[in-house]
Amino acid sequence: MKANRTLNVILGIYVALIFVFVFAPIIFSMIFSFNSQRFPTIPLGEFSTEWYAKILADPDVWEAALNSLIVSTSTAVIATFLGFCTAYSDYRYNFRFKGPYLALILLPPTIPLIIMALAMLAWFSKIGMSGQLYSIVIAHSVLTAPFAMAVIRLRLNQMDPDLEAAAWNLGGSEWATMRHVIIPFCKPAIFSGLFLTAAVSFDEFAVSWFVSGLNKTLPVIILEIVQGNIDPQVNAIGTFVFLISMTLVVLAQVFFASRQLKSTRT
Amino acid sequence: MSSKSGRSINIYALTWRLPIIFWQFIFFVGPVLFMVAMSFFLVKNYRMTEAFEFVNWSKMLSRGYFWDSYWYTVFIASVSTTCAMCLAFPAAFALAFRASESTRRWAIFLLIIPFFTSYLVRTFSWFVILSESGVVNAILGYIGLGPYTMLNTNFGTLVGYMTLTLPLVVILQTVTMANIDKTLVEAARNLGCRPLATIWQVILPLSKTGLIIAAIFCFILSFGDFVAPFYLGGSQEPTLPILILDTTKSGQQWPRAAVVAIMMMLTLFAIAFTGIALAYRKRKGAK
Repeated sequence: MKANRTLNVILGIYVALIFVFVFAPIIFSMIFSFNSQRFPTIPLGEFSTEWYAKILADPDVWEAALNSLIVSTSTAVIATFLGFCTAYSDYRYNFRFKGPYLALILLPPTIPLIIMALAMLAWFSKIGMSGQLYSIVIAHSVLTAPFAMAVIRLRLNQMDPDLEAAAWNLGGSEWATMRHVIIPFCKPAIFSGLFLTAAVSFDEFAVSWFVSGLNKTLPVIILEIVQGNIDPQVNAIGTFVFLISMTLVVLAQVFFASRQLKSTRT
Repeated sequence: MSSKSGRSINIYALTWRLPIIFWQFIFFVGPVLFMVAMSFFLVKNYRMTEAFEFVNWSKMLSRGYFWDSYWYTVFIASVSTTCAMCLAFPAAFALAFRASESTRRWAIFLLIIPFFTSYLVRTFSWFVILSESGVVNAILGYIGLGPYTMLNTNFGTLVGYMTLTLPLVVILQTVTMANIDKTLVEAARNLGCRPLATIWQVILPLSKTGLIIAAIFCFILSFGDFVAPFYLGGSQEPTLPILILDTTKSGQQWPRAAVVAIMMMLTLFAIAFTGIALAYRKRKGAK
């Protein structure tokens, strides 16, 4: 029994160490962003908001932030719409070639981003759509739709299969049932999907870098600064990016969890 | 109403079914097929002309540096997968068997956050932390060790890969093992099975499928990542993603980059199929 407790303590410390490893870069990046030293180390230098002042005064950063905002919101809407359609088709219907149909939406995230980036760059150049903000939006919606689909599909799993039929029997058309029964039921998952796809799009850099041309997003700006040298500005932009994407992921999870709690209650 | 799902064209059904088909054919299948076609194109005077020649294939596949890079990438991604699976296992084991339901839920909640949070900035942060005068060396300095060179080494690359893959691997392993029927584990213990033997003979076989899927994802992520080997590994030995990057960005040799990309995809398909076949193979009757 005693050995068991020691083992539990050791395992507990081990889990804590894993969490330290996972969160260390995020926390250090935030600390360094307020540090006056150019090459941050321990002991820390003085508290300073110099790097923030620098990025706030940089019009390129502002433009990139605006681009990122446009790209991630547009991506979220398109990807969640596509994800919803596919999740509902999968839930409601059985049809021939359903396997390949599902593979079509689920495969993209399993292909390395650098390969998708090259393929998208070549294809967009070929069809005359490269170097625009909407090129990034299109590419990102292909990459992120599966996440929205997964979240919404899990929600549909919890729906009573008779609910839809009951609505039809009460005289609702399929369209009315969709609007008044299914969409309200899926609402938390739809929000969850919107936040999650926005987060993935907001952080994606490889495909954005290849297809964006001159329309840089925040991660692309970071990539270009990092290629130069150590520049603490990255920590300041990075902290901002962390805060936004962490908020989005947390919101996605809160919506995802809230519906689970509700459904266990009923 | 439901009898409508006959042979006739059902507008309602198609409304939900068609969007993704159109979208993915134009913007996913299209690009991938075009990339395959592109690997046969010619580049003359920095301009790509459509053709069907095997020049790019024979040029790339006969070069020593391609195969050096290929085997190095396979090697480092395998090492990364092994490390991630081993490092994650004790943590996942603790979370699956020793933690309460709510602790486990919180742990997964927390691990999902970094997985979806800017990998690029996290890597840059490691760059600063691991540098010659960085935090790790400063701490080691207090106890009289170092300084060690950690950047521009395989170690640096692996730290980057772990940053990318560890959260996902811990999550997948935890979920897999938490779903094991606990009574089987208890039965083994009651029958006098030692803890390590329980892990080896009961838990591992029962969670085989999930573990193999975690390993496949880890391999795919490491194999395809260019950030860790580039910034933390110093790209002294370029991995295949770095090769694609260089060939595309500086040389304008898109067709040759396509050859590298296709070789990567074939490798990943082979590994994924082997892995899945292993994962779902029936265990040969009780031996």
